[in-house]
Amino acid sequence: MEEFLELRGIHKSFVGVYALRGVDFSIRKGEIHCLVGENGSGKSTLIKIMSGVLAPDSGEISVEGRKVGHLGSGTSIGHGIHVIYQDLSLFPNLSVAENIAISELEAKGRSLIDWREVRGIARAAMDRINVSIDLEERVGDLPIGLQQLVAICRALTSELKLLILDEPTASLTKRDIDSLLAVVRDLQSKGIAVLFVSHKLVEIFAVAERITVLRDGETVGSLPSSELTNEKLIALMTGKTITQTRFQRTAGQGRKLLEVRGLSKRNNFKDVSFDLHAGEIVGITGLIGSGRTELALALFGVSPADSGEILVEGKPRRISSVQDAVKAGIAYVPENRLVQGLIMKQSVGDNVIAAILSRLLSPLRLIDPKKRREKSAQWISSLEIKVSDPAVAVQTLSGGNQQRVVIAKWLASDPKILILDGPTVGIDVMAKHAIHNIIRELAARGLGVLLISDEIPEVANNCSRVLLMRSGKIRSELDAEGVRIEELQRLVEAGQ
Amino acid sequence: MVKKLLRQNESYLGILILFLCVGISVANPSFLTFENISGFLKSYSMVGIMAVGTLFVIILGGPADVSFTAIAQAVEYAIVVMTLKWGGNIYVALLAAAVMGAIMGLANGFIIHYFRLPTIIVTIATFNIYFGMMYVITRGKLINNIHPLLKSFGNVLLFPATSKIGGTYGLSLHPLLWLAALLLGWFILRRTFLGRSICAIGGNETAAERIGIRTLWTRVFVFGFVGLLSGVAGVVHVSIVQSVVPNIIVGKELEVIAAVVIGGASVFGGRGTLTGTFLGVLLFAILNNGLTLLTVSSYWYNVAIGVVITAAITISAYQQQRQARRRVNVKVEGERA
Repeated sequence: MEEFLELRGIHKSFVGVYALRGVDFSIRKGEIHCLVGENGSGKSTLIKIMSGVLAPDSGEISVEGRKVGHLGSGTSIGHGIHVIYQDLSLFPNLSVAENIAISELEAKGRSLIDWREVRGIARAAMDRINVSIDLEERVGDLPIGLQQLVAICRALTSELKLLILDEPTASLTKRDIDSLLAVVRDLQSKGIAVLFVSHKLVEIFAVAERITVLRDGETVGSLPSSELTNEKLIALMTGKTITQTRFQRTAGQGRKLLEVRGLSKRNNFKDVSFDLHAGEIVGITGLIGSGRTELALALFGVSPADSGEILVEGKPRRISSVQDAVKAGIAYVPENRLVQGLIMKQSVGDNVIAAILSRLLSPLRLIDPKKRREKSAQWISSLEIKVSDPAVAVQTLSGGNQQRVVIAKWLASDPKILILDGPTVGIDVMAKHAIHNIIRELAARGLGVLLISDEIPEVANNCSRVLLMRSGKIRSELDAEGVRIEELQRLVEAGQ
Repeated sequence: MVKKLLRQNESYLGILILFLCVGISVANPSFLTFENISGFLKSYSMVGIMAVGTLFVIILGGPADVSFTAIAQAVEYAIVVMTLKWGGNIYVALLAAAVMGAIMGLANGFIIHYFRLPTIIVTIATFNIYFGMMYVITRGKLINNIHPLLKSFGNVLLFPATSKIGGTYGLSLHPLLWLAALLLGWFILRRTFLGRSICAIGGNETAAERIGIRTLWTRVFVFGFVGLLSGVAGVVHVSIVQSVVPNIIVGKELEVIAAVVIGGASVFGGRGTLTGTFLGVLLFAILNNGLTLLTVSSYWYNVAIGVVITAAITISAYQQQRQARRRVNVKVEGERA
């Protein structure tokens, strides 16, 4: 097949720092290709060069065999190259029709608006990929999956030869991803090349014909996806071999921390019962809309359950507000916050005690400096955080030590039960690995952890037990030790 | 159709206004007379014209421009002085007012865009510059005898009639200028690419830039347009009150912004309609007029406005909460949604 776009020896640096060091990249007509790499590997710089937002310092670019100089923003679109960024570049306040047609209207230099023309452009674009969305609906009211299709329709309004999708699957459900992939295959059959930029690895194998891996601004490989395994890909991306180990529960059953009995909430979940012991990591998995997040929010008192019982350490607790949950020793960490909770510019000591300030007050309700020193010193030594002085800013610490600070912060607040909702959504392989280690260590120190995630390998590898939710109910409880990832995946998707 | 109508803020505002009208007419039948209605429309046409401009700024990106009253004030004074000195006619006066206002507004637009500064801070600064300069130049002098050309423009009456106590009344030209501003605003917002660009920038500025929408030009246009309308509003005002006090318009900005927000414009940008803006101003006009007709002290007017604003925002917040509570998150097996 013929190459559509070819980049050779692309160099790009920003104020003396290399982003790309001689990258070679090519994509054929009608090819589905993936570009992967960790954060900072140069992926976004490379996309920006293809889309003409940035000019390379040196290197050659050719489109359909002909050398072009630098692709300007306009020329790149002129060659039929369109990028759909992760944020989709949609206007939530405007209608579907207008969102699709607006760039075409701009390109045609229209100064007056003919609404029939707007609808016509939108309808034609939707017809090309056989989707139909209400033209008058406000885009902000659409689910994210349909918004993705609106963005693709917009790219289809002008001549499209290469569609670059930047991190398209980060916030999509499994079903959305499937319909997106169907559209992508449809585009391929029309001779349109599609480039996925992603670090969610599972989907990559499903569609790509070829995978190009970037690391530290260099191409480390461009291989047919059939020659790659997950492990090999991670090794290429990180330059290290990460050995995925399964979570081993510390010997002996810990005491029972949490008992949930017949918990129900209308339109959310029904008759949910399970136990959680100290030192356990229990995974809750299911698709978006299975009730998994809703259950977590009820346990944390954000949207309390209608009926059922919650027992913490054997005592029945009424949890009707977040305050109730905190008093009962339950902590909830939403997406990504496990790491983002650190204030990088502040000292290690202050970060450690950030969540427990109310316990360090003097009788005058001011922060007692002595208690503050003692508490932070206690946790720094108990977690062996290597720091000369607690006053040092967290950002000067090594990654591993920063992780210890996170752990110290959560342990200091003394929760018994930690609910983690999607702790590794949208982050890259190494960071994910680090977070898994944090979670395991928290459990090893006697916490009961509920890990909510739709990433099957994550729950399978890090949990002692897995609760599978579908349509608001717990369908099965599996011992993670024996279960195979493929089987779990199949169970989750069953009955869709 | 009914469902869609009920989702719109304008419908609620319309119903509220209808109830108010019925209530006031019951208490005082002279409310629903041509004389009274044309009266309050006239006295609120300045606010109405300025509200059109404010709607544009709010759609463009939320936090409002607060300098427009200072622009209207400065232009009003300048036009009074210039007509006294050089005479001319009302068309030239209106044109001059529009141009002066537009220039002051454009200055806002350039500063805000080039230095990427928040609208509210820049316009607080220029408010003080425009208003302060006027004071420096005029030393705050009051002018009672304005040029007859402004007076006679203010006195034109369509459909004149004589009232019971012998005065003449009728529809003055001011509400027509308000209507013209509304129509112009509607045309720009709905039927031009520029207007759609304003909405697009208000919705997602980065995306607008990526598509190739000229955000600089659009922003500068909006602030120029606000200035232009403010200049015209200044002339409208002086032709109604027929004298100029240098701080009479200043202070109205919060009422104008409130009217636009009551009319359903989102303070986060991107959303707002001219119908809503018109109804918002109309609500304030009727409230003010109703209080007078019910012989309630005009001091209560601000309290009434405050109550309406508080009620409006709490009701819409309550509705959102209720919607969120009713939303079906999960289709639970064996449960009817």
